[in-house]
Amino acid sequence: MDRLHPHTETIMATYSTSEFKNGLKIMIDADPCSIIENEFVKPGKGQAFNRVKIRNLKTGRVVERTFKSGDTVEGADVVDVEMQYLYSDGDFWYFMSPETYEQLGADKTAVGDAAKWLKEQALCLVTLWNGVPLSVEAPVHVVLKVTDTDPGVRGDTSGGGGKPATLETGAVVRVPLFINIGDSLKVNTQTGEYIARAKD
Amino acid sequence: MLRVRAALMARVRAFFAGRGYLEVETPLLAHAGAADAQIGQFVVNDPVYGTLYLQTSPEYAMKRLLLTGAGSIFQVSKAFRQGEVGRFHNPEFTLVEWYGAGYDRARLIEETCQLLGELIPDLACAPRIVAWAELFRELIGIDPLAEPTELLLQAAYDWVPSARGLTLEDRDSILDLLMSTALAPRFADDRLTVVVDYPPSQAALACLNEAGLADRFEVYGGALELANGFCEAVHHDEYAHRFAQEARKRQTRGLPAIARDERLLRGLAHAPLPPCAGCALGFDRAVMLATRASDIGTTLAFPIERA
Repeated sequence: MDRLHPHTETIMATYSTSEFKNGLKIMIDADPCSIIENEFVKPGKGQAFNRVKIRNLKTGRVVERTFKSGDTVEGADVVDVEMQYLYSDGDFWYFMSPETYEQLGADKTAVGDAAKWLKEQALCLVTLWNGVPLSVEAPVHVVLKVTDTDPGVRGDTSGGGGKPATLETGAVVRVPLFINIGDSLKVNTQTGEYIARAKD
Repeated sequence: MLRVRAALMARVRAFFAGRGYLEVETPLLAHAGAADAQIGQFVVNDPVYGTLYLQTSPEYAMKRLLLTGAGSIFQVSKAFRQGEVGRFHNPEFTLVEWYGAGYDRARLIEETCQLLGELIPDLACAPRIVAWAELFRELIGIDPLAEPTELLLQAAYDWVPSARGLTLEDRDSILDLLMSTALAPRFADDRLTVVVDYPPSQAALACLNEAGLADRFEVYGGALELANGFCEAVHHDEYAHRFAQEARKRQTRGLPAIARDERLLRGLAHAPLPPCAGCALGFDRAVMLATRASDIGTTLAFPIERA
């Protein structure tokens, strides 16, 4: 089966509240969502409810929903696939599956903040909804070259103070004073923080 | 945790022994299931006995013992409820259930609070006893007995915005939603809240008082429901009527029919239940409060995921 297009092969399941668990992907108001918290409440002699916190995978917003226990919800065809970043034409960012060599374009909304960390060949986690990229997660650690920063201060290796440096992908991070243009830096994309100078 | 649990269980047994209760054991696997339409049941098929039910509480069997003149009895029993899984629920759990012969509701409430006070030392103040309808008036400003259903539904949507869009077909579902998500979370943490005088539609097998309300109580520790007690209905017709009501609810909701407890009904037809009041206490939840656990699973040797 084509991993990137499972929807062409499968009919999405419906899930009963009793199958709810964290990470389950369901459709809410026509948007794909992921369950992040599920609480079962029931008076001993009364009606049971599931109070659920869900993240809208399109907007990232977290909302709360209450279901009557036993209700069913349509599943969302959402899969996470590891893909290699190829290039961007400004409108789309193109990724390739290292397994099938199939290519997909992700729009600005899907790529979001990941865009500023993306360098050719980086392996990213691409979340697909019905085969279309929904979101892109850059690798946690990337190595990028400094394209602009104030001249380095020799002898300062303390890391105290610091200055902004622009990286080859356009991201700006705070770096120690001894960093120079042309240096390669290891950066944490989740915190946006400089980790260390990398050997070329 | 297991040591604390064992110590608390020893205290429960000592509590009832000290009060002259006889400890009994009734079957977990029986021919009849619970009438209650809100309770999911595990059904077992046996080649010899046919359909058998894992008991959701020892209530019917203990009432059959009461009919034989057993006097005051208590039991520590496993109970099974299908589909009840979560931070406060495990489908197999431990109930402490007891019936005080000749007890009225007030005496049983006092006894229940005393037992809980012995198990949960954190409870500083005396319990607050409050009428079910009063809680709705006090906390969300509506009269749950008088307001029309549409207004109750509107209140539910206002107080529980995450439930907007939910179809709630009957009044009791709306009231249950408000109780467990809008009211109970606002109960005091450092004392027991005893809710009394339930509407007749939520009477279960409690008798009705002069005001037409159910002589039933629920004990909460914070938002956590710990125990449920009744001044018991005693007449055959009340039981037959309520069993039939629940059976109809099951039918409308498309739930499987449950074999009703004919033995209990036959016994009641012969003679009414001796006047008594009975209570069921969720032992695991009492352990949760006593140990400040936030998940029932931590009070169990093996919760369902690992059972």
